[in-house]
Amino acid sequence: MLEKPHSGESKYTSKDFKPDVDVRWCAGCGAISVLSPAQRLMPELGIPKEKIVFISGIGCSGRFPYYMDTYGFHGIHGRALPIASGLKIARPDLSVWVVTGDGDNMSIGGNHFIHACRRNVDMNVLMFNNEVYSLTKGQYSPTSHRGQITKSSPLGALDDPFNPVALALGASATFVARGHDKDRAQLQQLLLKASQHKGFSFVEIYTNCRIFNDGAFDLYTNAESRDDHTVWLEHDKPLVFGKNKEKGIKLEGFTPTIIDLTEGGNSINDVLVHNEKDSTLAFILANMTYSETLPRPMGTLQNLDERSSYEDRVVEQIQHEVETKGIGNLESLLLGGSYWEIK
Amino acid sequence: MNTMNKLIEHLEEVTVRFAGDSGDGMQLIGTQFSDTAGFAGNEVNTFPDYPSEIRAPEGTLYGVSAFQVHFGSKNIHTSGDFVDVLVAMNAASLKVNLAHVREQGIIIVNAEGFDDRNLKLAGYTNNPLEDGSLAKFNVFPIEMNKELKKAFIEVDTPTKLVQKTRNIFALGITYWLFNRPLEATVNWINKKFKGKEDVIMANVHALQGGWNFAEKNPDFRKQFIIDKSELPPGKYRSITGNQAVALGLVVAATKAHLPLFLGSYPITPATDILHAISGYKKYGVKHLQAEDEIAGITSAIGAAFGGSLAVTTTSGPGLSLKTEAIGLAIMTELPLIIVDVMRAGPSTGLPTKTEQSDLMQAMYGRHGEAPMPVLAAASSADCFDMTLEAARIALKYMTPVMLLTDGYIGQASEPWRIPEIDKLPEIAPQFAQDAATFKPYLRNPETLARQWAIPGMQGMEHRIGGLEKEDGSGVVSHDPMNHQKMVELRQKKVDGIANDIPELEVIGEQEGDLLLLSWGSTYGAAKTAVEHLQAQGHNISYAHLRYLNPFPKNLGDVLHKFDRIVIPELNLGQLKNLIQAKYVKRVMGINKVQGKPFKAVELEEKLLTLISMRDIKKWPANKKEDLPVDL
Repeated sequence: MLEKPHSGESKYTSKDFKPDVDVRWCAGCGAISVLSPAQRLMPELGIPKEKIVFISGIGCSGRFPYYMDTYGFHGIHGRALPIASGLKIARPDLSVWVVTGDGDNMSIGGNHFIHACRRNVDMNVLMFNNEVYSLTKGQYSPTSHRGQITKSSPLGALDDPFNPVALALGASATFVARGHDKDRAQLQQLLLKASQHKGFSFVEIYTNCRIFNDGAFDLYTNAESRDDHTVWLEHDKPLVFGKNKEKGIKLEGFTPTIIDLTEGGNSINDVLVHNEKDSTLAFILANMTYSETLPRPMGTLQNLDERSSYEDRVVEQIQHEVETKGIGNLESLLLGGSYWEIK
Repeated sequence: MNTMNKLIEHLEEVTVRFAGDSGDGMQLIGTQFSDTAGFAGNEVNTFPDYPSEIRAPEGTLYGVSAFQVHFGSKNIHTSGDFVDVLVAMNAASLKVNLAHVREQGIIIVNAEGFDDRNLKLAGYTNNPLEDGSLAKFNVFPIEMNKELKKAFIEVDTPTKLVQKTRNIFALGITYWLFNRPLEATVNWINKKFKGKEDVIMANVHALQGGWNFAEKNPDFRKQFIIDKSELPPGKYRSITGNQAVALGLVVAATKAHLPLFLGSYPITPATDILHAISGYKKYGVKHLQAEDEIAGITSAIGAAFGGSLAVTTTSGPGLSLKTEAIGLAIMTELPLIIVDVMRAGPSTGLPTKTEQSDLMQAMYGRHGEAPMPVLAAASSADCFDMTLEAARIALKYMTPVMLLTDGYIGQASEPWRIPEIDKLPEIAPQFAQDAATFKPYLRNPETLARQWAIPGMQGMEHRIGGLEKEDGSGVVSHDPMNHQKMVELRQKKVDGIANDIPELEVIGEQEGDLLLLSWGSTYGAAKTAVEHLQAQGHNISYAHLRYLNPFPKNLGDVLHKFDRIVIPELNLGQLKNLIQAKYVKRVMGINKVQGKPFKAVELEEKLLTLISMRDIKKWPANKKEDLPVDL
């Protein structure tokens, strides 16, 4: 899996990952709340920092690599994933991170996203979802809700949004999770888990945009309301939520319903237990996302580890060829199938 | 088996064209015929001419697939202007190809392909084999299935298998016609069908059967002998431009001691490069068949950032999609090879046909001031050398490099003298050395290349991207004067490559009246035309450009030593416009956009007109009314 820290620099602190530049995101931007968990996580990875690469596309999220003192590449709009894929396939020894946004990844980069999901290149993708285009100053995005008033939808957006985690599951991503910007410790744990997963890890992160879509996620992220409106998914744990964990999710057939655990007839044994290895369950849970009655699923929806990663398959194919046919001889390659000699 | 009555004629060069339905296996026997010509010591140049449809309905005009082989004992630079021998497997293939055949040329037809249905599909009201319309050709109608059956009469082979060897039978007939050895094709059959003894037997038997049929047939009275060429000693093979690019990439990576990465998306006529590279796993090559053209190039950019010799391959429409990413590679100053196998556009255009119309896009088709080196291969074999050159420039100058080939040389084949790998020069990537002084945009004062620090190099962690960077430090900068400086630096870096490429060589008089200047795949036809004219004593000089950005530094001097410059191009004058703008020199164009390469004879005729016009009216550079600008 991950490489061991190299001898000289085994003890990093988060400071080692802060470059000497000003962070230029707006005050209170949700992206800032992701930066510090990410910087704090890096020493935990046990990877020499010269082997860590952050790659981004365009949008507010695109600035992220400039704020991580690792190798970094700020790509073009929508293309962070193929840049990262090429890098990781060429260099499986690196820890590759992608930071993208709902516009970058779901809209212009949508095609790359679904293919990256199915290809399962080992990388960690953090998608900052603020449900709006912010860098272009406030247009609706592919995750904006129907009716959302923005500069380009003054009468309300007509599109229905993507549900990013369901899209990722549908495209066969092996690790799919959702977090948010208001609980840094929890987010750091989620990122750690993503990094420990070998293969494509997708983490949707609700990030508040103070300027163009302020409060979009308050219900799900603020301390006072989130317990009642979200359910945190943890492997092998029952799906309970509410301030006192007094409510649970029960499956009626394939339909999740809410049960009140304080009522006599219901017990914790009736509550659905999460299994992050169960793809069918992951779909059911992902589809709770835009429900008006059910809590919004957060945490790890799916974490499959049986599928090998693409870059490992590339290496295996090369090794198999070399083992069965011997290492390529360039001279015979040039000679080709048939040649003749003129003396 | 009496050869006593057969006549022998010696020829210097011959063009043979095999034509049939898409499923008739014409590409296969054309390739075999070509390989055998090389094997027999001839110079060869071939061109496949196939429809966009994979298996168009049988017998239709649009389903005709052809393969042309031009071979001879010397000066074979093109796939041949006129066809001396046409092999046509049905009425449609005769109709489509007849116009290529020279008078008194030989036409070998499968007479069974001229039944009512085939005639109707081809749009013939009368059978051309019977109505006398082919009187000016030597026609050999053969009932091939029937003759094939006869050839297999003593062999117990399933009829289905026998019928599949009809193309090989036809190949056997042509081998007799030119007294070719069967050896190379027999070896190929053995290799191709290894383990399937019945298939090997059937094919070898059909090949020999075709030969025997002609040998015994009293209508076939004459064999043609083409003497061996005087080629420099060495090992040779037949190679297409696409194959040569693929091999060039593997060799370049070896010479640079870098891993090779190809990010590509299938597109005609460039896909053969992807096919080849994907089979090179045992050479450690990595490739990604990406989800689209953009992912093709951006994955390559990612691999370049990681220290690979990174490549993307495409054709026109794909190049359009890649343009934004090319700008990113220019901005991040990463080494990258972009191979554009040009095809006829715009839009989907004629996907399987050739053109040289992406030159302007290669030069300028990006937003912003985005200069990049542009190279163009002159022939199939030259694709190998120019691929090495693209890699050398990309790695030495830390820049993306565009290599232009086209559908013609990409798919056409010619003999290639296989180089000795040890004797090819090493390529040195510009890796950063010292972490203490490292800055991502510090430049080599001579080449202006920045240093290449790749992930894994300790103490050189840095961030790059599409935003403008401060000179030296590489920190994001919106400073106006810094932007001016960086734009100029990027331009200067590319311009400076002119000091590192060969000067333009003029063949013929070094100054005078008329200079023919060609680029890319027009090399063969242009060279042949000029050789003919010079041999006839005409005063015409010739030069060929393989470097289009920057131009060779003596190009301006060369141009101004001639009264008249003429540029043949498979476009409406793109190089002409570049040269007129840069050197303020009037240029005439010979322009063809028919999806086909120039014929040497076309150029020869137009050049003769020009030569004769000099006597009538001299053409001063400043009087535009004196001469047509284009021919």
